[in-house]
Amino acid sequence: MTFTHDVPGGAAWSVPVRRHRALRLECLDPGANVSMLIFAAEQPLERLNVPDTLKAQMSARITPPMVLMSDMGRALCSVTGSSLDWHDAITGHSLDTHVPGSTSYAEHRNDWRRSARAGLLDELWKHGLGERDLHATVNLFSKVVPAGDQRGTLSYVPGHAAAGDWAELRAEMDILVVLSTSPHPMDPLWSPAAIRASLRPVPPPGPRDPSRTFRAESARSLDQAERTA
Amino acid sequence: MMILDIEVAAGDGWIGEIPAGGRFRIVDLHGNQAVDTLFFDAHDHANRYSAADTIREQGAAYLTTGSTLVSVRLDPLATIIDDTCGRHDTLGGACAQESNVVRYGEHVRHQHACRATFLSQAHRWGRGLDKRDLGHNINFFMNVPLTPDGGLTFEDGVSAPGKHVELRAERDLLILISNCPQLNNPCNGYDPTAIRLIGYAS
Repeated sequence: MTFTHDVPGGAAWSVPVRRHRALRLECLDPGANVSMLIFAAEQPLERLNVPDTLKAQMSARITPPMVLMSDMGRALCSVTGSSLDWHDAITGHSLDTHVPGSTSYAEHRNDWRRSARAGLLDELWKHGLGERDLHATVNLFSKVVPAGDQRGTLSYVPGHAAAGDWAELRAEMDILVVLSTSPHPMDPLWSPAAIRASLRPVPPPGPRDPSRTFRAESARSLDQAERTA
Repeated sequence: MMILDIEVAAGDGWIGEIPAGGRFRIVDLHGNQAVDTLFFDAHDHANRYSAADTIREQGAAYLTTGSTLVSVRLDPLATIIDDTCGRHDTLGGACAQESNVVRYGEHVRHQHACRATFLSQAHRWGRGLDKRDLGHNINFFMNVPLTPDGGLTFEDGVSAPGKHVELRAERDLLILISNCPQLNNPCNGYDPTAIRLIGYAS
């Protein structure tokens, strides 16, 4: 069983993803960004921890076949594939102050542009979560590069994602994905872009799965998820 | 006026308030000691330090003199006004028993870790502060370099005995500290040691 759902630019969405189902996100327009939070469905106090994910896999970016880890050391999902080798996770999501000009429902009807913060909060509140549950997001389809200098200067790379670029996540436990399609906060263009989400069942990761063989740390986080599943 | 002057032993924690306009100094007494730190608006704990927002707003990953530490609502919480170390990490997060297992294996599960200290200090403080309030922290005196090809590593500390960092409180602050007990990587020079905390009212 597969289902597909399109999310317009500047909107927010939340979707439960059962264990061993893949959530594929595809850019329908150039310059897309997806600011994403992930929670363990059975206990949302357990959630995506970006610092744990990055330091365990010694990476400053999200790229296949990395595992996205919870604060409890368990694999929430694996990045099983992507047309892009860099997804940002260190520069946060947009707030209302990043939205240029004034927009409103009264003037723009359903083209009213919302910040990622506004959209993420709208979705979090539906699940009994809220501002205290805002942690670092993964910003799929966006790239922010460190200069390697003494300050760790960061530069946003414009035009990183084109229409058709995609990323696929395999849930390693039942998860809740909360996302916004507002532009990246460092994107000077602010041109909200739509994405297509699709869900389908996939096989569980075997002993030679690329996410398991990537690093010992990735394997241990998958193991922690499997032994408590 | 000095309102705080205490030594925090290796692996211990501290929680307390510094008023707006006051100053807060952390001294790395013996060198290469990671000090895992969280800041909150003392009157609204949900308005807490945000590593990602701070990094983006200053356009750089490391913290040093001049860095403004902002909250999830982009309110300035504190400004680093003096820093004899040179740079501090805010991407590496805090160690936990569970993340230690992922990084080093099941045999380290019952070693001491910062997030246990954060939780015990938070619950000691009360007022509803709990795990949901633990955002991504600052690691004062810790060195986590990023490379242009997207690498991230924990390296030897850039700190040394007696180095310090001092912050000015931009509003009434609640500060939560774990003096890191990690033994499995160079963040504490494999030998966690005591720190000194000094606070001044304006």
